Amino acid sequence: MGQHEHCREMLGSLSDYVDGSLNKGLCEELERHMADCENCRIVVDTLRKTIYLYHEANDSVSIPAGVRQRLYKRLNFEDLLEQVDDQ
Amino acid sequence: MNNEHDIGKSAEDFSLESLRAGDRVEFSRLMEANYGKIYRLAMKILNHSEDAEDVLQETFLKAYKHIKTFDGRSKLSTWLYRIATNEALMMIRRRRPDMFSMDEPQETEEGEQEPVQIVDWSYVPEEKLMSSEGKAYLDQAVDRLPYNLRVVFLLRDIEDLSTQETADVLGLSETAVKTRLSRARLRLREDLSNYYGERLERQ
Repeated sequence: MGQHEHCREMLGSLSDYVDGSLNKGLCEELERHMADCENCRIVVDTLRKTIYLYHEANDSVSIPAGVRQRLYKRLNFEDLLEQVDDQ
Repeated sequence: MNNEHDIGKSAEDFSLESLRAGDRVEFSRLMEANYGKIYRLAMKILNHSEDAEDVLQETFLKAYKHIKTFDGRSKLSTWLYRIATNEALMMIRRRRPDMFSMDEPQETEEGEQEPVQIVDWSYVPEEKLMSSEGKAYLDQAVDRLPYNLRVVFLLRDIEDLSTQETADVLGLSETAVKTRLSRARLRLREDLSNYYGERLERQ
């Protein structure tokens, strides 16, 4: 990719592009460029996939037992522990 | 207004009046709706469960103490994220002052890292990408990001905050949020391409 000056220029736009928030002019320029540049297509596809994977993998951090109880205790809210639904 | 019979309450469905008056029951409802998100965010910033728990507790202590000053212009959850992020970053500053820089030396486009790994792994089936080893690698890659990029990435792409909300939480301009998000994503893409690319070649 290094030999393509155009790829370098496009790089800062890719993140906005995958979000769909790139302005129309730049968007068209990037799409014209990608039609002829397989490397940039791969970078965009794998960038999109990267974001997607993180989105899917969210909630992988489980909350250890006791965290909620200790939080209530720290605030002197122990009396409310039972009253509030544990959602 | 609040409806006690409404089961599917959104995170924002709270009586500000009660909260500002120091209503403990209402505040505990606010905690119930948000403590998981705050703990996970702290855990992903700090990668340390005890520190994450400290941040969680400090966040709600401060929120309870200062809820009177909450102006209602942002969402309550955004306000909590702001407190939590500040707490987490202060903790890093205290414990690892050498590691910490919220300022980035260069904010120009020149700072973008050029992609080196050009391997198309985007068609690989998800169950392969998301094996337990794969998932662990995703977390490790985030841990390798510098804090200033990591926090922006977590708020935008993991917690789904908007650019403007992220800017509010971190006290940055929207342009700075976009620039940092772009860098974070490109670095992660590079890192994952190394990882998945190697595994593709072995097959």
